Amino acid sequence: MSGDWSANAHSLFKEHGIKQVAYVPDAGLSGIIKASLADNDIQTVPLTTEEEGIAVAAGAWLGGQKCAVMMQSSGVGNTINMIASLTTTCAFPLFMIVTMRGDYGESNPWQMPMGRAVEPVLEAVGVRCLRADTAEDAADAIQAGLMMSFHGGEAVAVLIGQKLIGAKAFSAPAAQDAAGD
Amino acid sequence: MTMTGSLDRRAVTAKLLEDRGDLLVVTGLGSPSYDAMAAGDHDLNYYLWAAMGSAATVGFGLAMTQREKPVLVLTGDGEMLMGLGALASIGQKLPPNLTIAVLDNGHYGETGMQTSHTGRDIELARFAEAANFPWTRIVTDMDGVSDLRTRMQSQSGTSFAAIKIAAENLPRALPPRDGVHVKNRFRAALGLSTI
Repeated sequence: MSGDWSANAHSLFKEHGIKQVAYVPDAGLSGIIKASLADNDIQTVPLTTEEEGIAVAAGAWLGGQKCAVMMQSSGVGNTINMIASLTTTCAFPLFMIVTMRGDYGESNPWQMPMGRAVEPVLEAVGVRCLRADTAEDAADAIQAGLMMSFHGGEAVAVLIGQKLIGAKAFSAPAAQDAAGD
Repeated sequence: MTMTGSLDRRAVTAKLLEDRGDLLVVTGLGSPSYDAMAAGDHDLNYYLWAAMGSAATVGFGLAMTQREKPVLVLTGDGEMLMGLGALASIGQKLPPNLTIAVLDNGHYGETGMQTSHTGRDIELARFAEAANFPWTRIVTDMDGVSDLRTRMQSQSGTSFAAIKIAAENLPRALPPRDGVHVKNRFRAALGLSTI
């Protein structure tokens, strides 16, 4: 199910001339990460922490390339000073894809607070959030977000909900890696 | 134990930026931004005034984009310490046109000269070495700065230098603080539109 929106996302990256994809892995992102790695026209940049992606994207823009930044929702918490101080202060375009945890159907209480905080915190530092809960929503939101960021000059995060990527299951060991596939 | 160097940060910066040609420069917040400004304002300087820990990664994104031009990240030890993971991220790609020069005085100069980790014998160049940078140096004299400049301009491999400067607060040379202006000015100098 997530394979569809991942393939769409990669096609949209190509259409919009995305040349760099910076990411911290998440199960929900595995399809786009794989497609980016297999694409010789896109530089994939694995990060140690999400805030690096905000700075890499700013550097890419300074030099004339578009970079998409991808992370799990918990990583949003790591980006806030970078977004406020760099992206928003200097009006850099920013396009992020955030796969949600602490969202629809979550059973890990440790994920809940950050899951709830993602939208208000991003909005507080100037990032527009576009929420997607179906594969169709995701393709629309990615298309809209790429236009808004790289043509409209905005900072945009597309939030991919757990209704689409599935909630990680903890009740049965065999189901532990089910999230995102 | 507090360890500091003796080099003059303004002389080091002036040497690195001498006859700069196509060099693209990203400076870390605080004194490195003032040092670059003191050496002469330039459209291809991107001065950070905040976003501590981002200088190396901004330079990294830039170096992967402008592959034909040398890129210098000029920053301080405290700023580099806040973005140490960036060295690991850069180490995976190693753009040959990227040079990171840390003006290392072992202190947080902007906040009252508190001793930093590098002032307690934590050596940044060893982190860069661990991250597979092909060229890392601890620079303690001006000959070493000249070598670094030659290396940087030749774009012959990702380079990292910890330059041991004196711990002193010099008169500030303030770069333009309008980040939108500096960003657009930088892009315009590369022939790029604002959006």
